[in-house]
Amino acid sequence: MTKIGLEIHCQLTKLESKLFCSCKADYRSFETNRNICPVCIGLPGSLPLLNKKAVEKAAMIAMALGCKTPQKIAFFRKNYFYPDLPKNFQITQYNAFGPTSIGHDGKVPIEDKEIRIRRIQLEEDPGRLVYEGTSEKTQLTLVDYNRAGTPLVEIVTEPDFETPKQVRLFLNVLADLVENLGVSDPSLEGALRVDGNISIDKGNRVEIKNVGSFRDIEKALHFEITRQQSLAERGIPIPAETRHWDEARKITVSARSKEEEQDYRYFLEADIPWVLIESSVIDRLKKNMPESISSKKERYIKKYGIPLQVAEVLSSDKFYSDLFEKAYNEKNAKEIANIITTDLKGFVDTKEQREQLKLTPKHLSDLADSIMNNIITRNSGKIALQEIVKTGKPLSEIISSLDLGHVDDESSLSKVIDDVFSEEQKAVSEAKSNSDTINYLVGKVMQKTKGKANPALTLDIIKKKLDSQ
Amino acid sequence: MNLGITATQYLEQVKNGSLTVEEFIAKTMERIKKVEGSIHAYISLNDDAISQAKQIDKKLKAKEKVGSCLGMPISIKDNICAKGMKTTCASKMLENFVAPYDATVVSNLKSQDAIITGKTNLDEFAMGISTEFSYFGPSRNPWNADYVPGGSSGGSAVSVSALECIASLGSDTGGSVRNPASFCSVVGLKPTYGLVSRYGLISYANSIEQVGPIARTVEDTAFILNIISGIDTHDNTTIDKGKTDYTKDLDAGIDGKRIGIISEMIGEGVDKQVASATSKAISKLQSLGAKCSEISLDSVKYSVATYYTIAATEAGSNLARYDNIRYGFDFDVEGYEFNAYISKARKNFGPEVTRRMILGAFVPSAGYVGKYFLKALKVRSKIKSEIEQAFKKFDLLFAPTVPVLPFKIGEKIDDPLSLYLLDINTIVANLSGIPAISIPYEIAQGLPIGMQLFANSMQEKTLLQAAHALEKTTNLPGVPI
Repeated sequence: MTKIGLEIHCQLTKLESKLFCSCKADYRSFETNRNICPVCIGLPGSLPLLNKKAVEKAAMIAMALGCKTPQKIAFFRKNYFYPDLPKNFQITQYNAFGPTSIGHDGKVPIEDKEIRIRRIQLEEDPGRLVYEGTSEKTQLTLVDYNRAGTPLVEIVTEPDFETPKQVRLFLNVLADLVENLGVSDPSLEGALRVDGNISIDKGNRVEIKNVGSFRDIEKALHFEITRQQSLAERGIPIPAETRHWDEARKITVSARSKEEEQDYRYFLEADIPWVLIESSVIDRLKKNMPESISSKKERYIKKYGIPLQVAEVLSSDKFYSDLFEKAYNEKNAKEIANIITTDLKGFVDTKEQREQLKLTPKHLSDLADSIMNNIITRNSGKIALQEIVKTGKPLSEIISSLDLGHVDDESSLSKVIDDVFSEEQKAVSEAKSNSDTINYLVGKVMQKTKGKANPALTLDIIKKKLDSQ
Repeated sequence: MNLGITATQYLEQVKNGSLTVEEFIAKTMERIKKVEGSIHAYISLNDDAISQAKQIDKKLKAKEKVGSCLGMPISIKDNICAKGMKTTCASKMLENFVAPYDATVVSNLKSQDAIITGKTNLDEFAMGISTEFSYFGPSRNPWNADYVPGGSSGGSAVSVSALECIASLGSDTGGSVRNPASFCSVVGLKPTYGLVSRYGLISYANSIEQVGPIARTVEDTAFILNIISGIDTHDNTTIDKGKTDYTKDLDAGIDGKRIGIISEMIGEGVDKQVASATSKAISKLQSLGAKCSEISLDSVKYSVATYYTIAATEAGSNLARYDNIRYGFDFDVEGYEFNAYISKARKNFGPEVTRRMILGAFVPSAGYVGKYFLKALKVRSKIKSEIEQAFKKFDLLFAPTVPVLPFKIGEKIDDPLSLYLLDINTIVANLSGIPAISIPYEIAQGLPIGMQLFANSMQEKTLLQAAHALEKTTNLPGVPI
């Protein structure tokens, strides 16, 4: 049996400042080593000042993952030397002396399984190493401390996954969840990072680190399963070790054996007093927690009759569900959901497009109402939507400038229908006996009017004409 | 001009116009130049001191608002950051480190128009009790230059004692303010943990250390404490207790106060002359109306082991950042693998720091953490609860500051353990967080002896009142240098 556990690092990118100083949590826009201060580069004499907002955001993640949060949390030092670590220790959390991290013992349902969460801890991100030069001899290791001190939440699962597919499903759920909570933007490079550990048939545990993306963790796990199985088949023992994912070659490579594991000499960080998580804070966070994805989905289905698949797509994407929530009323909810999931998602896909989107919630509700009131057809609606996305002009203006309105005028419709009747004589005679053929005629009218004909009216006139013939 | 005046006298004289700031600062800097060769209190000096003094004189003349220090010369231990000045920790590792910011205590002093005379010598990274472990060479005792001034804030105590400033800031991790204060016959206070900001104090053992004033009198000490104490938004461990004026009601006396004499600190290992001075001090306290009786604090006998285990563990972590990558001394990076580079760079720590770093890597390591570090934490809680119990029975506790007289330079440098054991009377205050003060009590064969009082957490006011009462019973000679 395969057992897989995960360690996920999630940056709290939605915070204003770093975990222990007032430098920006959004370090990505800065020139190298310009988002730093005495605290985050660990200058002598500097002291960490805890960002209380980060504690709250981490508590929200813990809550959303069904974890318990202790009444008092503490911070610990994890001591090790690495060039990207300014103090040569990382301020993190540690549960070996009892639960003092922001969350522990949670669970997340995935398909028909439950993945147990061992703990959630709040910690600081190190800086970043930048390698320059090509050959090993001329290679320079440069350090950029802009990222150092960025608030990071580490989520550690129990080894409850049995397949890489379950891992992927879980990670998708997690990414949607942190986005929906408004704590992190998973689309940012490095905002969500994952390490895995895997064993087969009660064999030794192998850790996989240095995996760049979610897609690669699935590949890395597949590779590891195959590698471990082939070792086991040949009777070769699988050593307990840490392996690095080699992105270029798509394989894992041994990094260090268990014996070389570091001793981190964890001890309490005395510069940060224990933080009391008052029940009033938990209550407030609970009250202000954004609605969960699953509850949104259920509401969409039950209250508005939105089909399951549409509801699933809509609820799991915060960007679109936010838009939906601002646009809908009881009557047009289903129509808006359709417009978003079938048309809008196609027009607005990339992050850039989302950021530059000119469409407002009002556009959406106007569009849905116009379709429902037969002012324009679905087809024209799609054309109007594309124009709105581009220009942001009001719907009424677009309808008139692109001449998208229904042909509601009985006499002009009647003329078009006459044309169709003369062109499709065979269908007309069939239609008299077989009502299915009527739809064919309506389609032809639509074709001629480029989709603008009022469908109800068209049907009405056709029926009248057939009867009178 | 008398450079030996107290802070209170200085303020009076500047206020009434009989003294200008410039005169006093100029004379002080002159004095420093004259005596430094024989006592070595300072690592670096403030070259702008005289022009800063002129500025303050100008403001005084124009009747503009001037801060409460009125240009008083104050020295700062060189492990406390002062913007634009070198802050070396008396280590080669920080030989060229210029602090880009002021420690909160320094900015507090500056905002009250104190003039920083310079940065004072210490044992490297404040590890030691003799100031012999300075990369820049030892400081010497002004009472007899063959003797150590105590440590680790040796330079600070020497600078106050040898009239090279009026007061100084030191830091006290295991007695580093009180020990040199005792050896140099000046007053030294270790405040309650959290009363004074540590922002800008370069950490050695951050869970137990505090910045503390060193001054000529208890009143001067209270004056400085007023300026440096209070909650600081840059230090999460500071405690908000509102502002207290520690100079007020200093004369309240100790009539009726219950004082516990700590048995473990006056018996075995205490020098005869220190013991006799202690007995005299106890009878003085009684004659002032205090009710003195002995109290045994059982865990004191484990306090030295506990202290060195905890302090070394924290030091091992706090000093890990000195990898010579972002600042430090000239050392070519080229050709080194990272770990090799770090170990090479770290060979430049001095012997005492190296000793404690090795200890600090060992006692919390996997396999030993339960036997040493975790046990030390348990003893520390036991000490805390014993102290809490003691303060249910007593208002104050009492013991000599150091069990022995100042020793000769070089005498104990090769015997670290005997040096460690001399901390026994001071470290209990650090491990439990309570305030303690050392005041000059006697000069025996030309060498100073200090007495120590402890109070419960945040009871600095009671502590200073008692120290003031005892201080008034003494009549000590002036420094010979």
